[in-house]
Amino acid sequence: MKPMINIALPKGRLGEKVYGIFEAVGYGCPSILDSNRKLIFENEETGVRYFWVKPSDVAIYVERGAADLGVAGKDILLEYGPDVYELLDLEVGRCRMCVAARKGFRDDLDRTLRVATKFTHIAKNHYAGQSREIDIIRLNGSIELAPILGLSDVIVDIVETGTTLRENDLEVVETITPISARLISNKVGYKFKHADISQLCHKVSDYIKEGSAT
Amino acid sequence: MAMTFSEDVLKNEEKAMMSLRALYRKYGYSQYKMSKFEEYDLYVRNKSFLASEQIITFNDMNGKLMALKPDVTLSIVKNTKDSDVSLCKYFYNENVYRLSHTSREFKERMQVGLECIGNLDVYSMSEVILLAEKSLQTISGRYSLDISHMGFLSGLLDSIGLSDMEASEILRCVSEKNAPEINKLCASYGLGDDACQRLMKLASLYGPFEDTVSELREISTGGKTDEAIEELELIYKTVKSLGGGESIRLDFSIVNDMNYYSGVIFQGFIDGIPTGILSGGRYDNLMQRFGKKSGAIGFAVYIDLLERYGEVKRAYDVDVLLLYDGQTDMELLAQTVKTLTDKNESVRALKIDTISAAPDSVKAGRLVILKDGRLEDIEADD
Repeated sequence: MKPMINIALPKGRLGEKVYGIFEAVGYGCPSILDSNRKLIFENEETGVRYFWVKPSDVAIYVERGAADLGVAGKDILLEYGPDVYELLDLEVGRCRMCVAARKGFRDDLDRTLRVATKFTHIAKNHYAGQSREIDIIRLNGSIELAPILGLSDVIVDIVETGTTLRENDLEVVETITPISARLISNKVGYKFKHADISQLCHKVSDYIKEGSAT
Repeated sequence: MAMTFSEDVLKNEEKAMMSLRALYRKYGYSQYKMSKFEEYDLYVRNKSFLASEQIITFNDMNGKLMALKPDVTLSIVKNTKDSDVSLCKYFYNENVYRLSHTSREFKERMQVGLECIGNLDVYSMSEVILLAEKSLQTISGRYSLDISHMGFLSGLLDSIGLSDMEASEILRCVSEKNAPEINKLCASYGLGDDACQRLMKLASLYGPFEDTVSELREISTGGKTDEAIEELELIYKTVKSLGGGESIRLDFSIVNDMNYYSGVIFQGFIDGIPTGILSGGRYDNLMQRFGKKSGAIGFAVYIDLLERYGEVKRAYDVDVLLLYDGQTDMELLAQTVKTLTDKNESVRALKIDTISAAPDSVKAGRLVILKDGRLEDIEADD
């Protein structure tokens, strides 16, 4: 029997969307749509095994080889810098990593900038590139609250539509980088399952190209 | 009397260590034994050569700042006499102390490696690569030795004419096999389609040497890159003649710091171990930083990664758990243990107060009790 390709999918909407792509190119696994509490789904015919994990954990599963392939947002890859191959841009889950602040915010260059964020590494790198002295405030959620309450001057966060920002009287000051979901691979898994993985990649990549052409 | 023991006493990493030492000796390498620490100064000056910049330091009795070795190569390079005629061949087996990228903690890592320093020629480079391949073979039949060439990479980047910062971004993408990102970067750097295609092909290139070298020729821009291909081909041919080369693959996602490495570089992988287990290459540029003219090539095998590899969990802690109580005759007990161990069974003798108090913390194949001068089986743990 040929070895299975283990694929870590992020729980939630993005993961389901990406599973849709895999299914469309012939790597479906019907049992995955049953609503039960199972975590692992496999299809021996196509040689794939899927499992759902917390989105921020996908890179860990892949880096340590528990999964051969995984789907992770570029934000996670930039933040944690896992030692993996980044094979494809899946062009879904598009958003931007942005600096945002209260409307009418004026950056006072002679003071340390207070930055609230979940993405401390990305924020540090961004401001290091501008040689700016910053005070990082690490938060785990409701980042938008920080500038409103005066906890921070700006926030660094993912912006999809900008609705949350608008409703809270905030605006984007600067875009750091565009974000989308990427197909990542364990470096060793890639080598030993090379034929199967590159075949899957080709199919997915062709599918994406077709999609963007129409 | 010579000590004899069955091989399963040895852990995976110990077995590998022994076979690798035997292998390197066979090809005339001699062991280089060194102390656990070195002056911190050596590492500060060569920080980016190290896998991680964090180092455990302490003061010695004279107040000098010392470091627990994060790396062995630097010490060997420092202590090897410069020569462009002779050739030094060393191997080592040492622990190094590094920050683990995944856990952000210091880890003790066991390394076996070898260095070949001096007047290098195609043969000596090929021999080192053969030994790298054989090192992987001693661990598993499912291995891959991936090679790349820094001369090819720098030649290609030079001919395209990128700034240092652009080149390092491109190199990062090559190391991630991130062809889509290269495409985007090339567009933003205003590079032509031809250069972009070459770079993207290079990132995706992967396969057995003989099948892929023709693709590499298509990527080559002549001059330095052609020379690199020629060198790779010569080495590959020589490794073949030495009886190796079966699992050598071309892969340019192996990228090392250009300030230290030049020429051929390589990494070894074993199916079932999630990270590379062997890493090495030609590091003439490091020698130059030490003011030495010699060439140098070497590699290290991270044997601590074998701890969890091909794990066959032992069913029992001991074969026999032998229980006795306060009344048991010592002479008889000693005799019994001797009889059992002579039969090559492992025995743990344990004194208990009552029979019912047999401990559950020890898993044993057989549970026996010495009672009234006789050996009685109580029950068999499954």
